[in-house]
Amino acid sequence: MKLVNQHTKNIMEGCKERAQDAGLKFDQESLEYIVTNSDLIELQPKIMIPTMYDFWVNDIEIIQGKEKYKVFPHNPYETVINSRPAISFYNDNNPDWLNVMIFYHVLAHIDFFQNNHLFSNTWNEDFVGKALADKRQIAFLRTKHGRWVDYVIEFSRSIDNLVGFFSALNEKEAPPIGADMAGYYFNIFCQEKLKLNEHIVFKQIEQYNKLISNNPQVGKVLFFNNIMKKHPEFEFEFKKHIDTNKSNKTDVIQFIRDHSPFLNKDENKWMKTIVNIIRESSVYFSPQIRTKIINEGWASFWHDRLFRMDDRISGNEVQYAKINASVTSINRAGLNPYAIGLRLIQEVEELGDRGMLSHEFERITSIDERSKYNTQNSKGLDAIFHLRKHFSDFTLINSFVNQDFVSKHDLMVIGKRQNEERNTTEYYVKSKKAEDYKNMLLDSLYHPPSISVDEVKTNDKCLYLIHQFEGKQLLKSHIKSTMMGIGFLWGGNVELITQEIKLNKSDGTKWNKKVIYTYKNKKLTKEEL
Amino acid sequence: MKGGRRKNIDRLDGEKTYLRIEELFLHNSSESSYVSLQTLDELMARDNQREEDGFERKIKLGKIVRPGKNGSDEIIIVPSTIETKFYHDNAPNNEEEEFGGTGTEEEGSVIGEKSNNPKNEDGSGKGPGEGSEKGHDLNSDAYNLGKVLTEYFNLPRLKQKGIKKSISQYNYELTDLNKGFGQLIDKKQTLKRIIKTNILLNNIPEKTKPDLSSLIHSPQDTVYKILSREISYETEAIVFFVRDYSGSMQGSPSEAVLTQHLFLYSWLMYHYDKRVKTRFILHDTQAIEAEDFSTYYRSNVAGGTKIFPAFELVNSIIENEQLHLSKNIYVFYGSDGDDWKDNKNNLVGEIKKLSKYANRIGIFVARNSGNDNPTSLESTIEESNILSELNDILKITQINSRDFTESQIIESIKLFLRV
Repeated sequence: MKLVNQHTKNIMEGCKERAQDAGLKFDQESLEYIVTNSDLIELQPKIMIPTMYDFWVNDIEIIQGKEKYKVFPHNPYETVINSRPAISFYNDNNPDWLNVMIFYHVLAHIDFFQNNHLFSNTWNEDFVGKALADKRQIAFLRTKHGRWVDYVIEFSRSIDNLVGFFSALNEKEAPPIGADMAGYYFNIFCQEKLKLNEHIVFKQIEQYNKLISNNPQVGKVLFFNNIMKKHPEFEFEFKKHIDTNKSNKTDVIQFIRDHSPFLNKDENKWMKTIVNIIRESSVYFSPQIRTKIINEGWASFWHDRLFRMDDRISGNEVQYAKINASVTSINRAGLNPYAIGLRLIQEVEELGDRGMLSHEFERITSIDERSKYNTQNSKGLDAIFHLRKHFSDFTLINSFVNQDFVSKHDLMVIGKRQNEERNTTEYYVKSKKAEDYKNMLLDSLYHPPSISVDEVKTNDKCLYLIHQFEGKQLLKSHIKSTMMGIGFLWGGNVELITQEIKLNKSDGTKWNKKVIYTYKNKKLTKEEL
Repeated sequence: MKGGRRKNIDRLDGEKTYLRIEELFLHNSSESSYVSLQTLDELMARDNQREEDGFERKIKLGKIVRPGKNGSDEIIIVPSTIETKFYHDNAPNNEEEEFGGTGTEEEGSVIGEKSNNPKNEDGSGKGPGEGSEKGHDLNSDAYNLGKVLTEYFNLPRLKQKGIKKSISQYNYELTDLNKGFGQLIDKKQTLKRIIKTNILLNNIPEKTKPDLSSLIHSPQDTVYKILSREISYETEAIVFFVRDYSGSMQGSPSEAVLTQHLFLYSWLMYHYDKRVKTRFILHDTQAIEAEDFSTYYRSNVAGGTKIFPAFELVNSIIENEQLHLSKNIYVFYGSDGDDWKDNKNNLVGEIKKLSKYANRIGIFVARNSGNDNPTSLESTIEESNILSELNDILKITQINSRDFTESQIIESIKLFLRV
């Protein structure tokens, strides 16, 4: 692994200037490395973070990766990691014009990482540095506890998809009503505890606002001193409200870290460090896994736009067109996230340019008028920058995959069935409806099950978990060993309430059945409720 | 792996842990080692240790098919592991696999098809039913897999009682080549060598017709065929692999049965050093014989299910070739347990007949998803009472194909081979 040479770095800096002029925003510093194929194979299990902690599962993936590479050699053009400074990895020996294209693609990824609000919790730290500290910590623990460190890593990783990514994000981006004193007083205390009439509450809000505008420094203190004199219980109630709301938001892995009787034993406290490292790594990667389509779409959109405006590459347009098409063409069969992401962003730009992202347009019912609608207000770029700031894969697909989009690009859902007469497997057009296509896309997105701790029932001997059923049952083959790991970390039994889909073979009807899984004495039992 | 690499950290004992390598990375050095890789042996040792620590083993054997030259594929065995987590299971909601695509065809139209018969097509893939077929020889790879299985899974070795030791015979054949002396001159090889020598001596100028009379003939260039001793094995055991490949077997049941049969086959190949003969039978409503393990392994799902024709075919092969007189016969059958109800008596009759010839019949039922009740095959066997009647010969074992593990497969093989 080595830094790109000065010549290539200059190309990158040139790309940065042009990208910033076009409206992309990113830190000026970045590091670009040339890596070998063997580096890439070794980095992939570590999600491209070179300083990630060691774990034996990664070693297995590396051995596998090397064998696979011998059979099916393939190389990505680039990989970027969301670090400070942003680091990107490249394959050796790209011609300059191709580097220009790749650099624009990378810069758009960096812009996405540094501006999309799903990533807001990653903005204040450099994960590469943090991972190195974690790696050292884990290596140090291995000197004391040997292979048991790896068991704790393994069992913590078995629940690392249950981290409360969205609740942590929500706390930062949109604190709940009642999280601050004023919010709690007007919205909850006045209305629920004091049961005041609305007009009295409004009057008080008016008083509060007046006080604050007249005394910006001490207005708030004055107001609440007065309130606490009148209602001495207010301070206590506010604290209680904050405390109870906090405890509701711990995810399974946090709960185990903080409350497990096994981890709380003096001789086991070192395990908490590991549990926490695994949790934080998982939270860090959570936004990335939820923005694959939009992020690739965004990067493809900008590499195309900026490359074609770049004066340094004239003469290579045909070669560029060929590579660009291979990256961004919609597959005849199969899903290409680059292609769908790019088409959706182009779609939104067009909708914005024609003024179709407005209430005025929504109110029009005539098909003819809708198809001709164009205010020519050229707000397309604003619209896609709004997407880049606020949208994820789910919201992008859910908002913009409609029949117009599906028909425009001849998209379809392909099914696979057996033709017994011809003894073949047939691929056929199953549906061209937007709803089916959208569901197929949404189904392919990362969506871990929602599982939480039943804090009321849980005790030192047993951890109770509740799975919030969303129409999909849990994968049965993984339940036992996952619960075994949780049982180890809790130091007791584990119960999981979930639902399963039952099928009546004769008439094809399906129904859901509530079941409870119990992991006790190294055995898993299932009981229908 | 370079020796220097592992110095950073020994993960089991955890000695010396200063991670200078990462610091090198951060200082932009050209050093590129940021992993402290463990070898496969170390990983396997770790896996053995798990059992002692009270946890299940985690390392499985994965397979990659490497498309080879001349159409012959190679199977590479790699370690693999799955990190278990709570995941959603999409299978019960969608009976049919679906994915995205683009095209102008109308709904319902077929846009492509793939033959279920691997003989007619080329392709690559990693699972049964996919991949190219031509001249594929699984034997050498199966041999390696068998070695790994025996070493890591502690399969019981079949007792002498089960399969008689083979008698080795030697034949002398004129197959080896020798320079200088021998029984018969190999004219073609000799001529080739003479030309080679003369090219080296610059006796044959480029682009002109060589003058044959001026060619120098060294005695060492004469190549002879020479008598050589060849070992011929006399096979004493014959193993029939029989499986259902009907429509209902698609997906996990096929995978379970094939994994079991691949393991059994590999283990036999390793243990008996290729001295066991194998025959392969596939059936849906009719039974056919597949010519080799590769075809057997790769043939895909077809129509409905009748089990008895498969056993009928095995019986007729044995009778026609009078195999039972000279060989120990083993039959391993795999299916999802679905069968036409009216065939009960036929099936029981065929199994009884087979039991007179066979030393062991192992029936493996990979139950289809969501079905905990006994399958029709199991109930037929249960009701007919042949299991207790033929308890020395007939063994039956079942798993749920949806969530089967490699260790269940190993257990089922152990049951089949128990003496």
